[in-house]
Amino acid sequence: MTASVEAKPRAGVEVRLENLTRRYAGVTALDGLSLTIAPGELVALLGPSGCGKTTALRLLAGLEDADGGRVVIADKDVTNVPANKREIGMVFQAYSLFPHMTAMQNVEFGMQLHDVDAPERRKRAGEMLDLVGLSAHMNKYATQMSGGQQQRVALARALAIEPKVLLLDEPLSALDAKVRSRLRDEIRRVQLEVGITTLFVTHDQEEALAIADRVGVMNAGRIEQLGPPTTIYSRPATPFVAEFVGLTNRVAGLVKGGEVEVRGTRLPLVKADTPDGPAIALVRPEAVTVAADGDMVPGPLVGTVLSTVFLGATSRVTVDLGDVTVLAQLPTSDATSLSAGTRVRLSMRRDPVLIARDEKVSTEA
Amino acid sequence: MRRSRRAKLQVFRAVTFVLLGAFFLLPIWFMFEFSTRGVGENSPRTLDAWKAIGTYPDLVAGIVASLQLAVITSVGILVVLVPTMVWVRLRLPRLRRVIESISLLPLTIPAIVLVVGFSPMYQWMGNNFSDSILTLSLAYAVLVLPYAYRALDAGLAAIDVKTLSEAARSLGAGWPTVMWRVIVPNISSALLNAGLLSVALVLGEYTIANNLLYPNLQVEIVSLARTNAAVSIAVAVASLLFAFLLLVALSFVGGQRGGRRRNRERLVQTFARDFSGGTR
Repeated sequence: MTASVEAKPRAGVEVRLENLTRRYAGVTALDGLSLTIAPGELVALLGPSGCGKTTALRLLAGLEDADGGRVVIADKDVTNVPANKREIGMVFQAYSLFPHMTAMQNVEFGMQLHDVDAPERRKRAGEMLDLVGLSAHMNKYATQMSGGQQQRVALARALAIEPKVLLLDEPLSALDAKVRSRLRDEIRRVQLEVGITTLFVTHDQEEALAIADRVGVMNAGRIEQLGPPTTIYSRPATPFVAEFVGLTNRVAGLVKGGEVEVRGTRLPLVKADTPDGPAIALVRPEAVTVAADGDMVPGPLVGTVLSTVFLGATSRVTVDLGDVTVLAQLPTSDATSLSAGTRVRLSMRRDPVLIARDEKVSTEA
Repeated sequence: MRRSRRAKLQVFRAVTFVLLGAFFLLPIWFMFEFSTRGVGENSPRTLDAWKAIGTYPDLVAGIVASLQLAVITSVGILVVLVPTMVWVRLRLPRLRRVIESISLLPLTIPAIVLVVGFSPMYQWMGNNFSDSILTLSLAYAVLVLPYAYRALDAGLAAIDVKTLSEAARSLGAGWPTVMWRVIVPNISSALLNAGLLSVALVLGEYTIANNLLYPNLQVEIVSLARTNAAVSIAVAVASLLFAFLLLVALSFVGGQRGGRRRNRERLVQTFARDFSGGTR
């Protein structure tokens, strides 16, 4: 990958989605969504299929019309501006290179429409292909390139017209894991270099957390929580966010005095004003540690290993505590001795936990 | 085992090829043979009938009219059908089945029945607008609709019309640019196939022209057969060869980057249908 790029950094613009609504045949895809993206910021919209994230992106791109609300780019209301006049660059989930054009011609296409002179066009297309590390492939057609290369050309093509906003609609989802990870870093590098305001839509939490300045977790047409990746992960605002982002153990507990007591361990709460009473505590697997239980004394956190799954640097251990199964994520070096059937004792780190009250809970703790 | 199976398959292919070739070429050969017979018994072969083709003004006019009709019909049907089909795919996908059914409808209606329907329309057009033979292109557009629709539908199904057009739109392209610079180049094989089918069908059409009293090529061939069968057969062979050569030429022109083999296959099907089906 080339390191010496000559892309001119440009100041991004602010993007505002104001109370956007979109319905399809009675189904509400977007339910009053509002979002402000700061100049040069990369915001990822994360959520399950059908949550409205792609609809939000398409409304911003002008590829669909909103039933209500406004789209504002650089303080200009573009709600009724057609897609080809919005000055937006977009990379699609499906491979979108024009099959009858080479990589170079693809990148030049948008500039041709913007009446850029041929010499300037070729120069800038070359720079853009260089930016994504594909200048050696400029004469190849889409069918002669890999999926990752095609998406990089699509990125170069989107940036070549110097758009005000860059929209990325799950551009990595068709790629294999290794290429996806590498291209994800590429996109972030290019975005930072160019300094363009970017909206990235994905259902892959790892992707969203790794690439974005802020992540918006969407559910049922609304943003449930918007914040930096660390906040989204460690201080989820709602049970949906907690359970969608990362794995979560649901363990019965009792809220009392701003803390929750879970199987004999008192844990702080994300929301200190949670009312007292029985509750389900949402505990991250990495907050659970496991140690072999030598004395075999029964206790609320003593159980039997059901399985250990090797994930590379870490391993996931499933422990049966009798009335509940708990997941723990450990460094693989600590998990090698924990084979199925091993008696273990769990402990929970005092990370703030969120409370879910959406199901009947027992007062036993 | 595998080798013997492969050998059997090759023999089967060769036999099929020879039989089909004979099926198509033998009638043409015998037509050619008839058109080159001398006048009396034991007379030597002669090309008099072929040389006489240009001496029949009505026949020449019929040839010119059919060629004009072929061009107008194929261009017209593409101009109407391509934007409609693309628009339906992008914006009205629920209407696709309806459009398909309407487009395929002419296949189920005999040409003679179509004539009954067209007749009052052509009478009105003759009185109020024009009675030029070129107005036949309207009726022919209906005739070629199913074939053109099928060819274009296959072409559009082979590309991601929605993503390509949205990508072009996001880069600043208006709809005419999307159509002309993105969609059309990517369905060039389908356009060519639709055009070829239209040309072949128009050049072979007889029923509608004859019943609406328009003297196209086929009508003139039949008319000439009553007075000079040899010249009539010579023209028929020439028109078949012309259609075949035209299809071959267009196939090579449009057969860039992978589409060539598909075009040849389509070409053979077109020629077979046109020849074996005779005139409609």
